[in-house]
Amino acid sequence: MPYMDALYSAALRMTRNPSDAEDLVQETYLRAYRGFPGFQEGTNLKAWLYKILTNTFINIYRAKKRRPEQVDLDDTEDFYLYRRLGGLEAVESQRTPESEVLDQMPEAVVKEALEALPEQFRMAVLLADVEGFSYKEIAEITEVPIGTVMSRLHRGRKQLQMRLWDLAVERGLVEGASPTVTGG
Amino acid sequence: MTEPPERAERVEGVDCDQAIIEIYEYLDGELTVWKRTAIARHLDDCPPCAHGFTFEIELRQVIASKCRDQVPPDLKRRIAEALGLDPG
Repeated sequence: MPYMDALYSAALRMTRNPSDAEDLVQETYLRAYRGFPGFQEGTNLKAWLYKILTNTFINIYRAKKRRPEQVDLDDTEDFYLYRRLGGLEAVESQRTPESEVLDQMPEAVVKEALEALPEQFRMAVLLADVEGFSYKEIAEITEVPIGTVMSRLHRGRKQLQMRLWDLAVERGLVEGASPTVTGG
Repeated sequence: MTEPPERAERVEGVDCDQAIIEIYEYLDGELTVWKRTAIARHLDDCPPCAHGFTFEIELRQVIASKCRDQVPPDLKRRIAEALGLDPG
């Protein structure tokens, strides 16, 4: 059974709960083996399995929740995390380079940051940045236009950086002092 | 290096703001060759942008590598049974 670790990881990020994730993965494979529509010779098997996973998640688990969460944060600045970790200044001074801070981030923190994103952003970031799907594939998996995928990715990635920074400060992984704030 | 003026303009006309606007499409490999080349040239000439772009690449690698979980063996067995397969 191919891609099971990857699908299980994705299911954990989607459901945020190991027992729901297990059920979701099992249901996905059952549907795949029973011949979920859309698979033909030449279809990308991984993308097809993710489509079933996503579809099953939306039908079964989101139905429980009545309505999708709508968190609408304002767009944040570019390079949010990079700037806070010091950017070029960190390299020039004696501070820990920001890439080292990234390496030291515990897995639990990264997972928590991703899981904290609103569902639509979380799915887009998961499919693109963890699984490496193209915009076109993500559009097909989540059944939205490519433009919507791009906007969800853009905002999801920025929010993810904010969450990572907040969690890193909370856990004492970085000093919480803000960079020089320019323009309000 | 004698490019038609129009082409040179298209390739060289990217500043920091424009590069940053397209950062994700660039890193995702979703830009046209022209835009890709224009941004790559900007990054060659602009160390602060290049550094920021490199950070975004590293961040993505960290996110991808730290969000991996292993299927519990129990679940593997359960699914194999449900499908009538040999648990492998």
